[in-house]
Order: sequence, then structure tokens, then C-alpha cells
Amino acid sequence: MSKIHVTTTLNGDQVEYLCEPQETLLDILRNRLNLTGSKEGCGSGDCGACSVTLDGRLVCSCLVLAAEAEGREIETIEGMADGENLHSLQQKFLDHAALQCGICTPGFLVAAKALLEKNPDPTETEVRFWLAGNLCRCTGYDKIINAVMDAAAEMRGA
Amino acid sequence: MLPLKCGGRKMALYTGKRNFKVVGTRPPRPDGIDKVTGRALFGADLSAPGMLVGQILRSPHAHARIKSIDTSAAEALSGVKSVVTSADFDKASNSPNQDALDNCMARGKALYHGHAVAAVAATTAYVATQALKLIKVDYNVLPHVIEVEDAMMANAPIVQGGRRADNAPDGLSENITHYMSFGHGGLDEGFAKADKIIERTFKTAATHQGYIEPHACLATMGPDGKADLWCCTQGHYYVRELCADFLGMETSQLRVTASEIGGGFGGKTTVFIEPVALALSRKAGKPVKMVMNREEVFKASGPTVSSLTDVKIGMTKDGRITAAHAMLRYQGGAFPCGTIEFGLMSAFAAYDLDAVQAEGFNVMTNRPRQAAYRAPGAPVAIYPVEGVIDELCQILDLDPLEVRLKNAARKGTKSSYGPTFDDIGLVATLEAAQKHPHYLTPLGPNQGRGVSCGFWFNFGGNTSVSLNLNADGTVGIVEGNPDIGGSRASISQMAAEELGIPYEKIRTVIADTNSLGFNDVTDGSRVTFAVGLATIKAAQDAVQKMCSRVAKLWDIDEDAVVWEDGYAKPAGPNAGEFEPMSIAEIAAIANSTGGPIAGHHEVNADGAGVSFGVHLVDLEIDPGTGQTTILRYTVFQDAGKAVHPDYVEGQMQGGAVQGIGWALNEEYIYGPDGLLQNPGFLDYRIPVASDLPPIEAVILEIPNPGHPYGVRGVGETSIVPPLAALSNGVSRAIGHRMYELPMSPPKILKTIKG
Repeated sequence: MSKIHVTTTLNGDQVEYLCEPQETLLDILRNRLNLTGSKEGCGSGDCGACSVTLDGRLVCSCLVLAAEAEGREIETIEGMADGENLHSLQQKFLDHAALQCGICTPGFLVAAKALLEKNPDPTETEVRFWLAGNLCRCTGYDKIINAVMDAAAEMRGA
Repeated sequence: MLPLKCGGRKMALYTGKRNFKVVGTRPPRPDGIDKVTGRALFGADLSAPGMLVGQILRSPHAHARIKSIDTSAAEALSGVKSVVTSADFDKASNSPNQDALDNCMARGKALYHGHAVAAVAATTAYVATQALKLIKVDYNVLPHVIEVEDAMMANAPIVQGGRRADNAPDGLSENITHYMSFGHGGLDEGFAKADKIIERTFKTAATHQGYIEPHACLATMGPDGKADLWCCTQGHYYVRELCADFLGMETSQLRVTASEIGGGFGGKTTVFIEPVALALSRKAGKPVKMVMNREEVFKASGPTVSSLTDVKIGMTKDGRITAAHAMLRYQGGAFPCGTIEFGLMSAFAAYDLDAVQAEGFNVMTNRPRQAAYRAPGAPVAIYPVEGVIDELCQILDLDPLEVRLKNAARKGTKSSYGPTFDDIGLVATLEAAQKHPHYLTPLGPNQGRGVSCGFWFNFGGNTSVSLNLNADGTVGIVEGNPDIGGSRASISQMAAEELGIPYEKIRTVIADTNSLGFNDVTDGSRVTFAVGLATIKAAQDAVQKMCSRVAKLWDIDEDAVVWEDGYAKPAGPNAGEFEPMSIAEIAAIANSTGGPIAGHHEVNADGAGVSFGVHLVDLEIDPGTGQTTILRYTVFQDAGKAVHPDYVEGQMQGGAVQGIGWALNEEYIYGPDGLLQNPGFLDYRIPVASDLPPIEAVILEIPNPGHPYGVRGVGETSIVPPLAALSNGVSRAIGHRMYELPMSPPKILKTIKG
């Protein structure tokens, strides 16, 4: 089986990899590039734990073929903090205790960031519907929604 | 195994109200940064050099005899390094362990759709998948049985022979593995005193714990018989016990390290793939990583029991329950399942009753082996009881909270399952619900308000903790229970409180199985209670040692040194004039005063203290579609003492939402062929953010006499009330009673239309 050569931009850095035709972007991120922050909860696009952005668009990386990333820009959870400085969303998730086990947290953060980039002043209902593609089984979502609303307010003020 | 002890001896450890400095605050959790940056390592996140990928071949049938398995073609495939079947495991040392092993790998018969029959390890996932296709299994397909009522019938297909309960009534199937009964008082006499008696039958579907992290592990076993296992589990000591048993190893040869765990809820209290990965690694001589996909998680891990229950309750006109009886029938999949016992013991636990009996059966079916799920057995036992009470309240035109208060268990109540309750929080919880603005808000058309009580026993159990004083006066705590919802924070808080030092000076880590004494599984809401208790005792042990060092230095009696706010001080003017010494000062001279200082505590903790909760829900039904919209939800629960209130609220909210899913959406759906039809998150729909309103959590604190700070477990009770609260709310909204879960829109619509 011949492998496909891909050049892409990952969290601002140029990266190259070889992938097999059936491998997903999530496979490559986790198994080839050692970025295990994106999680595989279902492999079918239902849980959102593998959320990344591709050219700024929120996608489930388990539904994107690795070969499709050629020439694109990928952002993952590993690119969200700026060195030692957490993104407002990351800090607010900690402040609001918006995680219990934490497996869904990277996906929620990536998805919430994509929302706030499109809509800096969402209503609570808008946040709940935008994040309906991300499953959390621990929190009942309450503290997650509070964290996102608070981060949005802080980012608008900043 | 759920090592739960109920109503055991209570140790009066609670020392009375005190002004906490750290306990009750909300500091940041120690694993927080790792989890918001993607650095935290969960089960599937670790790799090893030369690692193989393991995959499992699963039964396509609900019930089939395995006549033969031919693995030769798979073994011959380039890149395949090992293949295992049940023949590669030792016989387990006891019957429960054998069941766990036979669930990991079918022996002789495939007992349910998705039951593992063989496994391969190969250089890549692609090769492993190809190899599975080359394994030839010759099946003799057998008749199957899925529903509990069918499996009880004398002519039902037998799931496993020879497992029939000795006391099972004649004329019923060999599938009945348990029959038992709890209660007291004269039922006939009690029912004779009632003004109204009703009896109803309720049905619940099996649900899955639905943790977002699939089971995952990395196993390495060498030819010398030594092995290391990394896995996501709620109890790595139990994983060690089972795996060592199945592989014929001595315990010391297997070291298990628990990864960060991406949710468990009881579903990660046993093994599924871990022994298989070890067997593959042993045969291949290389590390093997195994990760279930979501379909496998649904087909071959979890789920809960499903149930069919009759409840009969008699009540006076003014709302006093005179007698209560329940007949519970649980199916817990293809193996004997003891969950029925928890159901029977919890069904009427919230009430102070003169005449009560709960009896019930566990029955085997061709479904996956049941695993614990948050208060296992209690939600589906309490749902029908709370449903009948609510219906009686409607018939007799009584306030549902008043009636519950009138019958509520309190200190001194002889519980329906035997023991007499000590200080418990049900009355306070009901009163808080009664006074809350939620209960006083008017309802609109098509809206209903549901109420339910909930109960869980809570557990203590075997616990070891070490507390190491570092040379700079900071503290390292070593404990052995995977942190499933912030327990490292609460344990650090309790140590900080007891030592009198800031929370930030403490770091708590979870030891592997070689680095600390035995610990029971993270279950039964035991960790903040039992590990907390052991941590406080370990801190006291360290304090005693520090005081002893200082006494020597000051040349006074040990008794003349006291510990206060992180300092050793002379006990009084008679002890002498000495400058208090801080923990850092004592640590700095530890080497010259007798060596390192550490505190330890090992205990089989008792006195966990039972837990009660009350939930209120307002909901609205769309009469055109049968769709339920939850308008408002409030949880009231007794935490004893909330160590980290954020995480107590989180447990209350999370459990409530899992219960909402159970009530409205979630179910295992089987076709007539006995195959599971919805093994994925698209068709097995757990609640999403847009399904829900904010969940308000009201914490009550009725101290548990069995814990120095009054702590009770809080993790499980919250999943119990939603089933009945939702059912009662829907029933009131549509004006017809509902008797089956989940209450999907078509079912509600059908009930509305009669």
C-alpha cells in the first residue's frame, strides 16, 4: 500500500506526514504526531471529543481523512494556550469547575472557541445548541455553559 | 463485585462543628491545567516502543455454541504476532472471577451479541482488522432470550446451565440466579388499615454508563513473567487481582498503573480487554495496546439491568403509608448478577414503614454482563415506588412533598432492609425542597411538576494512604483510588485542614499497585469519605511524629507538645517557653532528629453514612409530538460536609442528567434476532446541552457521625430520583400515568391518545 505525503499547518507550524488512504486526521494527530489531546470517543462524529478546526471551521477530526489536510490549517487543543498563558476559555473552565473527568474538555474548548470567534456575544441558548455536538457525561453541562458565557463576557471586555 | 456493606457498625468519629479553613472552599484542582491543555494522559494516550495493536473478534450471534475456532490463516498473515482464544487463559480461582473471565473471552458458548471469541495483536490496526476476518469460527446458533419476563418462563432458552438459585420457586426457568426478600411487619394487617391501595407494573430499559472514554489499555509482559499494565479503570488493584488470576501470575509480578479516567460511573469496575491484552503481549513478547471502539463499548461493556416491577402500596386518606410490597424482576445479562439485592434493599429505604416487603429475582438473558452504574439497582427500584406514591397523592389529592415528609425515614427509623438509621438528611432535604422558590412557581398548560426521593447506601472499604513530609515542609500524598471527579483536590484539602497548612503546599498522586497498600475500587461513593478519612488519620500520624521530634528537641514530654495551625507548640505554660516550630522548620531538621517523616493509615473504613436526595422537575409536553421539554430542575442532597462544593454540585448535576437520559431517551434496543440495534451515540442518545436547562444544586449538610469532618459520599444518590421525578412530571402534565421508561415521544403520544 502506498502512502500519501501531506504538508499542512498545525497550530501555526508547518508539518509533513505520510498517511495511508484510510487513516483519519485524528489517527494521524494521535498516533503519528503524538498530539493526544484530541480524543476518540466514538469515531462516528457523534461525541465531539476529537473536535479541531480546519481552516477555522469546526470539524470532527475522526470524520476527516488525513489526506484531506493537505495545504490546510489545523488548530487543536494543543495550540490553544499561548505558552504559559491559558486562553480565557481554558481559565474559565478551571474557575467554574467545568470538568470532572476531563476527557471531553479539549473538544468542548475547541468547539467553544470556534463559537466565540463567530459569535462573541452568544445567548445561553445559542451556546447550548452550538455545543450540542459535544457530549459530556459527567457534568450535566451546567458548569460548562457558565464557563463559556463567562469567557465570552471576559473576551468581549478584553 | 460491589463490596458494599450496609448498616454496619458506626464509628462515632465526627468531632462536632468546627470552623474549617480549607474544607468547604473551592480551590483549583491539581489536574486542571493538564486537562484543559490536552496534556492529561488517558487510557488510549500512552504508547510504547515496538507496540502492537490488539483487536477482538466478537460474536455475530446472540447465543451460539462455538464448535471450533481456526486461527491458522490469521496467524499466517504478515504482521500478525499473536492470536488468543479462551484456551490461552488459566481457569479462574473462584466462580465470580470465572464469570469475569468468561465475559472477557467466550468459553464454549457465545452468550450475547458482541461477546469476545478471539483476539489478535498485529503491527498495525489495519493488519489486525484484516486478521480478524481470517479467523474462522464454526457456530451452532442457539435460541436466545432477551426480555426478563421471557427468560423467567419454564420453557425459556437456558443461557447458562447449573446457575439456578436454590430457593427459586418451582415452575420457573433455570435462568433465575437469585431470589431474595427484605422487609418486616404484617402486610395483610397493614393493607387492611389503608383507605386506598393501588398496584402497578413498571418497566425500565437497560441503559449504558456512557462514559466518553472507551476502555483502553497498554500491556507489556516479558518471558520472565513480569508484566506492566496501564489502563483506564476505577480500581487498578482489582484489575491486578483479576488479571493475575486469569494469567496464572503471582500478584507481585503484575504492576497496574491507572491512567486518567475518562468517566466510569461504575462501568470501569471490572476488566474487559485488560487480560486479553496481557495474554496477547505474553504470546507476542511485545507491548500490546487495545482500545475499544464505541460499538464495542455498547455491545460488550456495561450496561445496567432492565427491570419489570410490581409495586403495591396502601395509604390512609391523610397520606400515611400503611403497607408496601414490591416484586422486582431484573435481568443482568448472561451471568449471575447480584444487583437485585441493592434494588430490594433500596426500594423503600426512604420511608418509615410498619409493614414492608421487597422480593425479587435476577434472571439471565442473552445480553452483555451487567456492570455497576451509579447506585446500581436503586434507580429502577425506587422509580416504581415513587411512581405509585405520586399516583396515590393525585388520587387522594395530597401534596407530594407533604406525604413524603409524613412517611420519611429519620434517625431511629428501622429501615426496610434491616438496620436502624443514625443521623440522616431526608427530612431536612424534603423541607428544603418545600421552601424553595421552585416548588412555589405556578405551572402553565401542558406543564407538570415531578417530585421524587432518592437513596444510596454509600460505602467505605479498604483504603491505604501515605503522607510524605518533604524537606521544604511541603507534603506529598500517595493514595490508590483513580480520581474520577476531583478527589485529588478534596483529599489535598482534608490533609491541608488537618495539618494546618495551605492547600497549595500539598500534591496528591495516585499510586500504582506496587507503590501503596491495597485499595478497594473507586465505587460506592467511597473515595472522599474513606480516602479522606485515611488521609486525615495519616496526617494525624505525621503530626504525632512531628510533635515527638519537637519534644525531643525541647527535651519535654511528647504530651506537652500540641499541634496548632501548622505549628508545634508547647501545650501550656507548664510545658516550658519555646518558640512554636513550623512544619517547614521541623521538616528541615528531620534528618538530624530521626530521619524522614511520613504518616500512614490503613483501614477497612466503616460508617459511610447513607445519603438521601430530593429532585424537583418542571416540564412541558408538546401535545402534538409527545416531546418533553425540561423547564426547570433542582437537586437537593445531603453531602454530610461538602469538602469541595464545586465538585459536590457537579456530582449532583451530572447524576441528575444521567437520570434524565434514562427517563427520556436511553435504551438498549434489540431486534427479534437478539442483536443490539443501537450500539452508537447517534441511536443511543444521551442528553446534550440543548436538551437541558440549568440544573440547580442545593447542598445540605447533615454531618455523618462516621467521618471526622462529617463527610458522606455524594456520587451516586443523584441518579436515583430523576427516573420517577420525570415520570411523575410527565404523568401530571398529560393527565395520564406513565409506567414505562424511556418516555420517548411516541410512547408519551400513545399514552395521551389512550
